[in-house]
Amino acid sequence: MKLRTLTLGLLSASALAFAAHAESITIATVNNGDMVRMQKLTEDFTKANPDIQLNWVTLEENVLRERVTTDIATKGGQYDVMTIGTYEVPIWAKQSWLLPLDKLGDDYDAKDIIPAIAGGLSVDGKLYAAPFYGESSFVMYRKDLMDKAGLKMPDAPTWDFIKQAADKMTDRANGVNGVCLRGKAGWGENMAFLTAMSNSFGARWFDENWKPQFDQPEWKNTLQFYVDLMKADGPEGASSNGFNENLALFQQGKCGMWIDATVAASFVSDPKNSTVADKVGYALAPDNGLGKRGNWLWAWSLAIPAGTQKADAAEKFVSWATSKHYADLVASKEGWANAPPGTRSSLYANAEYQKAAPFAKMTLDSINAADPTHPTVKPVPYVGVQFVAIPEFQGLGTTVGQLFSAALAGQSSVDDALKQAQDAATAAMTEGGYIK
Amino acid sequence: MARAVTTQHKTIATVAAWIVALLIFFPILYTIITSFKSEQEAIQGFNLIPSGTFESYTEVQAQSGYFKFFFNSVLLSVGSTILALLVAIPAAWSMAFSPTKRTKDILMWMLSTKMMPAVAVLFPIYLIFRNFGLLDSRVGLMVMLMLINLPIVVWMLYTYFREIPGEILEAARMDGASLWNEIVYVLTPMAVPGIASTMLLNIILAWNEAFWTIRLTTTDAAPLTAFISSFSSPQGLFWAKLSAASTLAIAPILIMGWFSQKQLVRGLTFGAVK
Repeated sequence: MKLRTLTLGLLSASALAFAAHAESITIATVNNGDMVRMQKLTEDFTKANPDIQLNWVTLEENVLRERVTTDIATKGGQYDVMTIGTYEVPIWAKQSWLLPLDKLGDDYDAKDIIPAIAGGLSVDGKLYAAPFYGESSFVMYRKDLMDKAGLKMPDAPTWDFIKQAADKMTDRANGVNGVCLRGKAGWGENMAFLTAMSNSFGARWFDENWKPQFDQPEWKNTLQFYVDLMKADGPEGASSNGFNENLALFQQGKCGMWIDATVAASFVSDPKNSTVADKVGYALAPDNGLGKRGNWLWAWSLAIPAGTQKADAAEKFVSWATSKHYADLVASKEGWANAPPGTRSSLYANAEYQKAAPFAKMTLDSINAADPTHPTVKPVPYVGVQFVAIPEFQGLGTTVGQLFSAALAGQSSVDDALKQAQDAATAAMTEGGYIK
Repeated sequence: MARAVTTQHKTIATVAAWIVALLIFFPILYTIITSFKSEQEAIQGFNLIPSGTFESYTEVQAQSGYFKFFFNSVLLSVGSTILALLVAIPAAWSMAFSPTKRTKDILMWMLSTKMMPAVAVLFPIYLIFRNFGLLDSRVGLMVMLMLINLPIVVWMLYTYFREIPGEILEAARMDGASLWNEIVYVLTPMAVPGIASTMLLNIILAWNEAFWTIRLTTTDAAPLTAFISSFSSPQGLFWAKLSAASTLAIAPILIMGWFSQKQLVRGLTFGAVK
């Protein structure tokens, strides 16, 4: 009896001691498929690290961005790990708001991270966020409609070819639009697409002295081409369409082509949700022969705010979630097609992954075709392919996005939209002290 | 003839009321319908007949425990309402029975705070919460929700109290009732219907408040608004799951509203014809 009491007492004491010692970290993330999958698989991490508990906060992308920005700027300390994008990382790292990730472990193999992705998440050669999944953009097209139009999609099409194919595939009587592109206003919506597209037309947001460039012919060519293409071959109400709206249209067979995030490939090729799953082909984003393609580069990444009190536990988690071991874990539980894409070179060298994901090669080629440090044909003072990595860009990008969305909706002319964009950008740059 | 016209007017008014009610309720109805569809069905255009699958509900519950958020919603809405009443009853009493020259101005000023966009004070409030250690705390959020809804609660109670004859309170005073007894044993019982409808409305407002409840919480104090927000996805069509999450979040308050509609309508229209 005494022995039993003593054993129970010891067990209770050790349980209490363990509970007191267990550290809980709070992770802020978005509700994307890959992130949700990670939450389901965390038992693997907590088994190996029983002294660390994980708390998840999942939020809508814009709310998440606002929440983590408020928290990090005020040193609120609400989160130990934050899911942020390629836009935030260089800005926040320069503000010393993020901790450098230099203790990811011996077997982490940081060199395996795709160089273009690692470049976008590093400042002065130091990695400030580990990529959870990465993406570029490419052309997804209907092979059957392309055959019907008597055309063959090249691996690296030009914008002229896209226009020609869109004209031929458009069949409004049967509800088929030749091309579906983003039109919804926002720096991460239509401006992600249009900024990447403008790179291939030789345009740039600012010259080397931060002077806005919307009054230059390259921007006029970009916007005019986009508006004309969408008016002739785009869906009705395109100025309200973002990623999800175009995804729905494509999955229902209402788009001949869709140029958007490479991560969409797993959705459109999923027979459970897509009516055209077996008819989809992939090609690089178009160019104009100027040396830059119209594709972007983005990575949802895990970063550790400088204000956290639990840096070691947080870094352990980041290391686990972005490791090769995690990709293997996903493959073993849910198949290779569900492994988080666009972060590690080793995944694309894996024959099983190539077999499970027919879009794998084109995704990697697209990512490699983007260079965030030299995004444009002419030189620029900023980094970022589909954004300009300065704090002012979120507000300015959305303002310009609204002007361009209005031009697409026919509420203003291309010339008016560009003139207003030039004025808005000049005002923002002057106020920010970039130009006098 | 007059009766015929009255009947005709009544019919037109009834039909118009039904049309307006259906228009208002339709988005909620369609959300409920969509929650019983598969994801593929949900994106395939307008369709009022779902396949009747419970798949989304199962996944929503598996993905993030509903009951933790539900418990927080109940605690925050009821707690903030009780706090609001504790502050508002004495405030409305003094304004209704001992008005000064500035009472109307004070009431207007209180109401004007509701006109300020919440985002304008996000940073100061966030910093105050951080400095007092109130981020992600139920107590902090209860106080915040109480403050947000206080102007409306004071206004509503003030309107009710004004309807109570001051002579009754005077009589109580003549009988030797203290201030406390006057409020608790005379005024409050007479104003029970008004207090009840104010309480119901405040619970609904607190339950639906999304700006602060999402921004000042992380895990421990997060209510159902944060639960819904977690199902909105920028990349991926999860409309059925989002609809299931929304249905689960609005169901309790919808049911409560249905059962208490008489009190609510009475409360909201009280004094409207005067």
